[in-house]
Amino acid sequence: MFKRIMVPVDLAHSDKQQRALQCGADIAKLYGAPVVYVGVTAETPGSLGHNPAEYNERLTAFAAAQGESNGIDTSAKTELSHDPTSDLDDILLRAIDDTGADLVVMASHIPGLTDYIWPSNGGKVAAHAKVSVMVVRD
Amino acid sequence: MSDSSDYGIPEPEGASDIIETDYEIGQDNVETKIGPIRLDFHNPVFLITGALVLVFVAIALIWPTGARDAFMAMRTFVLTQFDWFFLMSANLFVIFALVLIVTPWGSVRLGGSDATPDYSYPAWFAMLFAAGMGIGLMFFGVLEPVYYFGTPWGDQPLGGDLGIVDGEVADAATVEAARQMAMAATIFHWGLHPWAIYAIVALALALFSYNKGLPLTLRSAFYPLLGERVWGFWGNAIDTVAAFATLFGLATSLGLGATQVASGLTEVFGSGDAEAGTRNFLGFLWGNAAENTAGIQNSSMLLALIIAFITAIALVSVIRGLDGGVKILSEINMGFAGLLLAFVFLSGPTVAILGNFVSGLGAYAREIVPLSNPFGREDTSFLHGWTTFYWAWWISWSPFVGMFIARVSRGRTVREFITCVLLIPSLVCIFWMATFGGTAITQVVEGATESGVFQNVIASYKPEISLFAMLGELPLAAITSTLAVVLVIIFFVTSSDSGSLVIDTITAGGKVDAPVSQRIFWCIFEGAVAAVLLLGAAGTAGLDSLQAMVISTGLFFTVVLLVMCFSIFRGLMTERQNT
Repeated sequence: MFKRIMVPVDLAHSDKQQRALQCGADIAKLYGAPVVYVGVTAETPGSLGHNPAEYNERLTAFAAAQGESNGIDTSAKTELSHDPTSDLDDILLRAIDDTGADLVVMASHIPGLTDYIWPSNGGKVAAHAKVSVMVVRD
Repeated sequence: MSDSSDYGIPEPEGASDIIETDYEIGQDNVETKIGPIRLDFHNPVFLITGALVLVFVAIALIWPTGARDAFMAMRTFVLTQFDWFFLMSANLFVIFALVLIVTPWGSVRLGGSDATPDYSYPAWFAMLFAAGMGIGLMFFGVLEPVYYFGTPWGDQPLGGDLGIVDGEVADAATVEAARQMAMAATIFHWGLHPWAIYAIVALALALFSYNKGLPLTLRSAFYPLLGERVWGFWGNAIDTVAAFATLFGLATSLGLGATQVASGLTEVFGSGDAEAGTRNFLGFLWGNAAENTAGIQNSSMLLALIIAFITAIALVSVIRGLDGGVKILSEINMGFAGLLLAFVFLSGPTVAILGNFVSGLGAYAREIVPLSNPFGREDTSFLHGWTTFYWAWWISWSPFVGMFIARVSRGRTVREFITCVLLIPSLVCIFWMATFGGTAITQVVEGATESGVFQNVIASYKPEISLFAMLGELPLAAITSTLAVVLVIIFFVTSSDSGSLVIDTITAGGKVDAPVSQRIFWCIFEGAVAAVLLLGAAGTAGLDSLQAMVISTGLFFTVVLLVMCFSIFRGLMTERQNT
């Protein structure tokens, strides 16, 4: 049913995304589809690396570890942004095209009042993506 | 960071000289959630900065005149006692920057040897200009040259002869000499020196962040001097003062700028300053209006609305982010500014402006040494009232502008960087001053006491009107004055949004991906401080006193900048050796 699954991952908070990560891996196993983990980073040094190259190595290692523990085929894709806080949604939407994924599995919080004015990243991606999006509540 | 911490920090690819430190960006940050709002800020920089701001606002509100007298006295002390220190340091920054262009260090690329520029030249240039000094050009473009040309207060540069005395225009030779001196002194304050100050800060931050892998915040430039201690008390102190000076610098300019916008609106559309009790905005009565006169009147309601309007646009801009908001606004801004410049150039005395540009450059080259020498000066009221004031102002503003320039300059070589941050903006400023100031001086020479510029700068000192008075004597004044008001507003927005991003990054310990709620907080906080000070205290006393305090922090940052020169020197040396 699905040929390629994209799972956006926030490397600094991946412990809070366990449900979405597990869900993505389970669907991948069910359909025998590869998973591509997409991470977004700025070019300035951050807690996950001095530069985008270091961030990419971490993301690649993360994807490999996920692949090994779940027995699925995985890869990693690092997207650069000048201003990740504001650009995240647009970059994830672009990454769907770049990766050729036909399913996105991503984590999101339970919507509250503020989400009417200000949708969550998951909400925005689901509203605008042309492929199927599964938003996993944490 | 749970599962990725086991991987360690791998070697970087591409040639750059990473500083090995155990400090992890964000390790001192507090990450928490209040209701739906996620927070991720540096402790204690964020909290102390916020608390200090509140304390100083309270002081300015509770003792408006006492605070003003105290801070003004501090400002006068700093500017008169340390004039030599400001001038010699600024000279050193210019020489240091120029030396970097010609030495082999100029070939070091910010972001590693294989980095490519993030922004095109026009976008890069628009952003560094709009954040850096756009608003000052609007305010001083007419005011400063005319002031030097005819000041009756005895503070003309180098004590030269005036072009107009007691309303009588002097003979042609004296007028030409006074015109050249006025242009030279104005260019001196807007040319190489301020841009060298910005370039030093920006280069230090970009080098230590993009090439050495340290967080994008002021303290990183102190690593060569302080080592691991920059993560402790001294680093916190530097970052706190920087965030504090940036916030107050922005808030006070926003408040004072709102008065300029209000004057402009009143001048163009309205019927003068409102008497107490007759306040009126766009036809709506406000307060106990006794009579309704047409048009816009200058009132505290108008000021509050202007600040709210500017803050609202800045808010949209910071939420849309660097590429979607700040960059687009800066480009719009430069487009409008170019339009106004072209209009004044073509409709004003075009040949005289061109002559002014060339002779002004010549006079600048001739007078730069006497103007930048602090020793044995007779013209101390010019030296302290203008030059040291400007130097302290640029320097106290430099953490903000420098950090913003650093943020958008990755991928440029040091040589390219200095050329584009030092030489090109200087030339643009000089051309701007030659056009606006040259036109205004010509108006004064031709119209003498009849000219609007003379009446609003020399006969009675109304600096915020000077630009509109000049435009008023050119064709299509209604259109150009409106454009000028719009430009002043957008220039404020572009300073306000980039400033909020900078304060957010500093108070998040160098993280550029802190939650969006924090930049919203700083943007609103800044507008609120401006509004409270403007409306709460007597007139502009609160704003004046806090602006005086910000200028006094220039002394502290001069020392910071001197250390940065040393750090750049060390950093570029190891960069060349190790890559």
